[in-house]
Amino acid sequence: MTNVVELNGVVKRFGTVTVLDGLDLAVTEGEVHGFLGPNGAGKTTTLRLLLGLLRPNAGSIRVLGLDPWRNVATLHRRLAYVPGDVALWPNLTGGEVIDLLGRLQGGQDQARRDRLLEMFDLDPTKKARTYSKGNRQKVALIAALATDAEVFLLDEPTSGLDPLMEDSFRGCAQDLRDAGRTILLSSHILSEVEALSDRISIIRAGKVVETGRLEQLRHLTRTSVTADVAAVPQHLELLPGVHDVVVANHRVSAQVEPAGLAPLMQALTAAGLQTLTSSPPTLEDLFLRHYGAATGQAPTGAAASGGRPDNV
Amino acid sequence: MCETLAGTGALVRLGLRRDRWLLPLWILAFAMMSWSSASAGAGLFPDKASRIEAANTINAAASMVALFGRVYDPTSLGSLSMIKYTAFMTAALAVLMVFVTIRHTRADEESGQLELLSGGRLGRNAPLAAALVISFGASLVLGLLSSAALAATGLPAAGSLAFGLGWVATGMAFSAVAAVGAQLTTSARAATGLGVIVIAITYALRAVGDLAEPGPSALSWLSPIGWNQQIRAFAGDHWWVLVLPLTLCVALVPVTFVLRARRDLGGGLREERPGPARGALAGVWDLAVRLQDRVLVAWAVTVVVFGVVIGSLASGATDFLTSPNAQDLIRKLGGAQALTDAFLAAEIAIMGIGVAAYGLSAANRLRSEETTGHTEALLGTATTRTRWATSHYAAALAGVALLMLLTGLSTGAGAALSLHDGSQVGRITLASLAQVPAAWVITSVVLAVFGWAPRLTSAVWGLLALFIALGEFGVLWNAPQWLMDLSPFQHTPLLPVGSGGIVALVALTATAAALAALGYLGWRRRDLTA
Repeated sequence: MTNVVELNGVVKRFGTVTVLDGLDLAVTEGEVHGFLGPNGAGKTTTLRLLLGLLRPNAGSIRVLGLDPWRNVATLHRRLAYVPGDVALWPNLTGGEVIDLLGRLQGGQDQARRDRLLEMFDLDPTKKARTYSKGNRQKVALIAALATDAEVFLLDEPTSGLDPLMEDSFRGCAQDLRDAGRTILLSSHILSEVEALSDRISIIRAGKVVETGRLEQLRHLTRTSVTADVAAVPQHLELLPGVHDVVVANHRVSAQVEPAGLAPLMQALTAAGLQTLTSSPPTLEDLFLRHYGAATGQAPTGAAASGGRPDNV
Repeated sequence: MCETLAGTGALVRLGLRRDRWLLPLWILAFAMMSWSSASAGAGLFPDKASRIEAANTINAAASMVALFGRVYDPTSLGSLSMIKYTAFMTAALAVLMVFVTIRHTRADEESGQLELLSGGRLGRNAPLAAALVISFGASLVLGLLSSAALAATGLPAAGSLAFGLGWVATGMAFSAVAAVGAQLTTSARAATGLGVIVIAITYALRAVGDLAEPGPSALSWLSPIGWNQQIRAFAGDHWWVLVLPLTLCVALVPVTFVLRARRDLGGGLREERPGPARGALAGVWDLAVRLQDRVLVAWAVTVVVFGVVIGSLASGATDFLTSPNAQDLIRKLGGAQALTDAFLAAEIAIMGIGVAAYGLSAANRLRSEETTGHTEALLGTATTRTRWATSHYAAALAGVALLMLLTGLSTGAGAALSLHDGSQVGRITLASLAQVPAAWVITSVVLAVFGWAPRLTSAVWGLLALFIALGEFGVLWNAPQWLMDLSPFQHTPLLPVGSGGIVALVALTATAAALAALGYLGWRRRDLTA
């Protein structure tokens, strides 16, 4: 497997502010790589560096084996980009913008363009100034997805899209992966990245702090479980893999590692389980659990706040 | 009413905060220019005889009357000194007020900033009211400061006040006109264009009206700029004329609010029509032309109309030949002997500066496309930085050349008709094209600044204003020669008067090329910035 995207020790400063501080990232050919991080972590800066829109202060960047700063035209013919903040010319129609971007890219598949227009339910005859945020996003997505690029750099591609359209996008991304294309998908929504990605890199404060296959990162994820039981069993917190147990009346909530789910369920079932909700951890939870110390917050802070009496 | 105006005060403060450099600088510039002109007049026309001589010369020349108007009291120093300011600079003031008003109305609405604020406790009419407060306030300060500046040179206090109040009232009237325009169109550019067209029409109306003998005809009285002249500051001070622009202003303000109430936020009076589903734009060059074409057409129409009018006044320029003093005056105004040619050369030089302003604004697209994020989308494709920047730069250069060609052809055609001499077309067109390199230098300065200090790109407007001021007052200010030489307009040969000048034109073109190369160098090395 060759690396399609490779960043080594990349530093990017804007004036005195260091946005990327020794970033390493590798995306291998044919994978969907999730690029996760909170707002301001440096995701967009990384993508702009990969496009040669910005120049790094230190470190090396290779995309398809080329230097994005020097080989812009050759490289960009082989990649497609969807910016995080899509700005369109207000007096051009959506159709005109899609065709313009397609031609500049070196050609679009017209049949695919029309299929995508239909799939995303976009009216190409409307002037861009009348489009909503979601519709502007669709214009950029269709323009990118209709090209025959080898690499797709997508900066929060579903922001502003409704759930149905998000679903359409996921279908498209899967088709691309099946066709052997490489996708770097930046997002702050864990579920979106989970659903699509082969591998994930997590960026925080300008550094990649975790990278690996989803299963490898499972140790980072704890499921949040809330249950109403007839009688709350004692010492649930002693079960392996069960954390942050909070009891309020007949309601138990806890954060559970995958290995702890089975013993907890047995204990709860024995205690007369009445209702059960479980939800995957949010990215915020994940950061608080694993990197809270590094941000100066105590890792127990989340547990303490979760300990508020919750009667609802 | 109170409900719909809630938050006006906060918006006024926000607007003044945003304009804390722009407005004071422009206001000061107008006051300074008034002061310069008034103090220069005292030196140029020391006694009554010289004033009467100069005033009669101006009043006898159709070209001067069309461009600046009449001197209504030949004995009055103020009336003579401020002749360029009652109509010509008043039009410039009107343009400024249109810009200020649109900036705080339609531009904010188009960019979405107003939507962000509208979530707060903000009445529907507050943004419009705040914009009018700002532009009315700017008119008031500008006018009164200019009054003070004129009085400080020793001109009569009453006349100075009448002159300044004329600017206050005219500025307010055109602010109201711009506010109406802002309700009609969905884009700030179109709204500004509408305002400028109204100014051009009112200017032309009074030009034709002023030419009527013995004095201004009804046409001048149809024009707000004509009203400003008829206040006749320093020449009788007709205070009652101030009522006209103020009435127009008071009449238009309710119209703007009614129009605002009839439309949605972000919308114009006309519903947006659907466009083509397929695009014909083949690349960045097509896009650059498409983004520029309407503005260019508007400019083309303006220069052609202006050119034909100026050209057809060429025969009247010989009316100056009444006395030695007249020749002396025209030498001061134009700088050459053959008077018809001197007149045409001076007019073509003015057009050259105007077209340089077009080149500047067209090249400024480079920066506005970058800040809106359009450049990011385009550079994400196989388009290189050089190719993209060239599309806008070359469109600006080509637009400048085209406009000067049209200026030459139309002025030449007008002159050929009025002088019954077909050979005028060729030589005037050449004279007009000689202005192109200087305008290209201005256009290229934009690219150079864009390459190295993108945030300062629009500051090139200040540089152009400095060059214009140097051309107008540099000698009177005793500006050092090196400063005068900075202005490309100083090096442009005044054709069709002189001959040669090829060396200067080649040097100017080379300067433009060097500035462009410098700009490309910076642009290829720097980060994209918002």
